[in-house]
Amino acid sequence: MLAILDYKAGNQTSVQRALNKLGIPNEITADKEKLAKATGIIFPGVGAAGQAMDELTSGGLDALLKELVQQKKPLLGICVGCQILLDYSEENDTKALSVIPGECRLFNPSWEDYEGVPIRVPHMGWNQIELKKDCVLFNDIDPEAHFYFVHSYYPAPEEKYIIGETTYGRPFCSLHGRDGLWAVQFHPEKSGNPGLKLISNFYEYCKEVSGA
Amino acid sequence: MLSKRIIPCLDVRNGILTKGVKFKNNVDIGDPVETAKLYYEQGADEIVFYDITASSEGRGIFLDVVERVASEIFIPFSVGGGINSVEDMRAVLLAGAEKVSVNSGAVKNPDIISEGAAAFGSQCIVLGMDVKRVDKSEKIPSGFEIVINGGRKFMGIDALEWAKTCESLGAGEICLNSIDADGMKDGYDLELTKLISENVTVPVIASGGAGHPQHMVDAVTEGRATAALIASIVHYGEYTIPQLKEYMNSKGVRTRSSW
Repeated sequence: MLAILDYKAGNQTSVQRALNKLGIPNEITADKEKLAKATGIIFPGVGAAGQAMDELTSGGLDALLKELVQQKKPLLGICVGCQILLDYSEENDTKALSVIPGECRLFNPSWEDYEGVPIRVPHMGWNQIELKKDCVLFNDIDPEAHFYFVHSYYPAPEEKYIIGETTYGRPFCSLHGRDGLWAVQFHPEKSGNPGLKLISNFYEYCKEVSGA
Repeated sequence: MLSKRIIPCLDVRNGILTKGVKFKNNVDIGDPVETAKLYYEQGADEIVFYDITASSEGRGIFLDVVERVASEIFIPFSVGGGINSVEDMRAVLLAGAEKVSVNSGAVKNPDIISEGAAAFGSQCIVLGMDVKRVDKSEKIPSGFEIVINGGRKFMGIDALEWAKTCESLGAGEICLNSIDADGMKDGYDLELTKLISENVTVPVIASGGAGHPQHMVDAVTEGRATAALIASIVHYGEYTIPQLKEYMNSKGVRTRSSW
């Protein structure tokens, strides 16, 4: 069973619909025991970092999440869920979870895109991922595949945690983490077949490490 | 690199498409869920639904449509029509839409934008603008005026000022519809599209007038839009979405070409 972390600030139901489509057993939950028993956790998120952190800390989920990551529970953070795994976000001047070293910064609207005009903020629409390292999440996914992004802040983790980059004005980190702990800036649950494949690859990994 | 988006628009009344959608094999489709699914499979980058239902009963049916769409397609979609309060927004977002488009509701009460952005995030809030050309005047210096009720009611608001105001209130995207060009299949209003696109930093979707794939190329190059809304050009089987994308790619416009 994959647990979808329930903390109000998320897009839980979109993630759940994608998991249901894939036939992956899942539950939206904030229950400590259920999260600990799950084969893996999806940490969704839309909206603002500050609000997301407030929701997490008020329910004591921040400590739980860090504990589960330490226990090597597989985790996939999405969008805001990807950003607040870092130390800090410029959005609402937010102290974040510090699961992965780094921070989250605002796109600079003076950067120019490939057409030579200033980028628009938010970065909204379909873009590609250039893998800097092998990543099981991308098994059997076309390297040219597009994923859906919508965000104004981008993750800037410590170099060694960068797994994939996307270009918007300039390259930024769109996938970071390590084996079993991944954070994606895009929305796999809204990225058509490549996104669904990525989620199913995450589940396959979870099953493998849990020995199920 | 960010692709330009192609966004089919579906009008729904009492849970069915107001005009059937005709696919290449001449099959008429009046079911919004099946149609959304077909466009999803054909590579639409996003889908827009407009509910033109008047009754509250019809509204319930529409929300059921939104829920069924959300279980079948895994790309973003937005919902507009009849959004007059944060509660209206919440209802469609809970039903599974990513974004909610507010049009005349914002003209009547601009605070709905800031309230919606605070509650759900700017990325959720699309400003729908219906615009008509008028003589330039002190009140309407751009020569483009905001209209509602399908263009029948002039609001005395300058379109450029309105776009900037709503951006600062927290709209995350603008869907810019030219009432003059709408349904004419003669191309988007490029002057309007460019004017708004160059004066806001949020993404702008050009709407109204697509009749040939070159029109879409023009909207995202000369017009500086980041997306093109389409309706009859695909609804009646004239072009498929892959054909439109292929054409745009051949003109050097980046689109999402595999899905």
